[in-house]
Amino acid sequence: MSAQMDKRRPYVRSMNSWWKRDPFFVRYMVMEATSVLVALYAVILLVGLLRLSQGEAAFNGWLGALESGPSILLHVLILVVFLYHLWSWFKVMPKTLPMIFVNGKKLPADTITYTGVLLAVVVNLIVLIILV
Amino acid sequence: MTRSNAPLVWSLFGAGGVLAALVGPALVFVTGIAVPAGILMSHDLMSYQRMFGFAQSWAGKIIILAVIVLFLWHAALRIFHMLHDFGIHPGVASKLICFGLPFLCTVAAFYWVLPI
Repeated sequence: MSAQMDKRRPYVRSMNSWWKRDPFFVRYMVMEATSVLVALYAVILLVGLLRLSQGEAAFNGWLGALESGPSILLHVLILVVFLYHLWSWFKVMPKTLPMIFVNGKKLPADTITYTGVLLAVVVNLIVLIILV
Repeated sequence: MTRSNAPLVWSLFGAGGVLAALVGPALVFVTGIAVPAGILMSHDLMSYQRMFGFAQSWAGKIIILAVIVLFLWHAALRIFHMLHDFGIHPGVASKLICFGLPFLCTVAAFYWVLPI
């Protein structure tokens, strides 16, 4: 801001905590904040990959760290965040996709959201069944 | 007009977001809860021999890289925009942190998984 503008002392509304003003913004921020734990999980896997490349003893050390109480609690939190990501990803999908028309009618937002959520739930279950 | 790398970053963001929704919860449950705690699944599922064998196959390498790299770039773009939302405007420092770190991690992931 220039000195001249300072002299006029214009009113500038503070942007501090702008996202707390409206529940819609809070939900937006929670959705964006899921990324921090998604990144953390990717880093945990990346460390696992490094330990795997270093040999059996190193990898068993990584496995041992995963078995600690704090790690399991952290992963429960990461799981909750991923489930919220799953929901919010398809919740905003109708706004991110180009409009889809079926028989000349716009495909309703809920249809897109619930189809996506259902697909994601099915794929997650398939992954679980393969791994069990 | 200068070429923009935004479409590339946005593609990685979208692919990472879809992958995180489709397989993320199941993966986190298996690798972070079920196997370490021995609930429903045995410790053997993530034994060194099995994981090493998985990482030796091309399918395994692609799956490992896809999960780590796409999750990271998905998160990177969101964190970059979140910094903006908190008043830290896009600049050299925020770009270096938000895109430089995932780039280094991507290189590291390839460097570590390919020789296995």
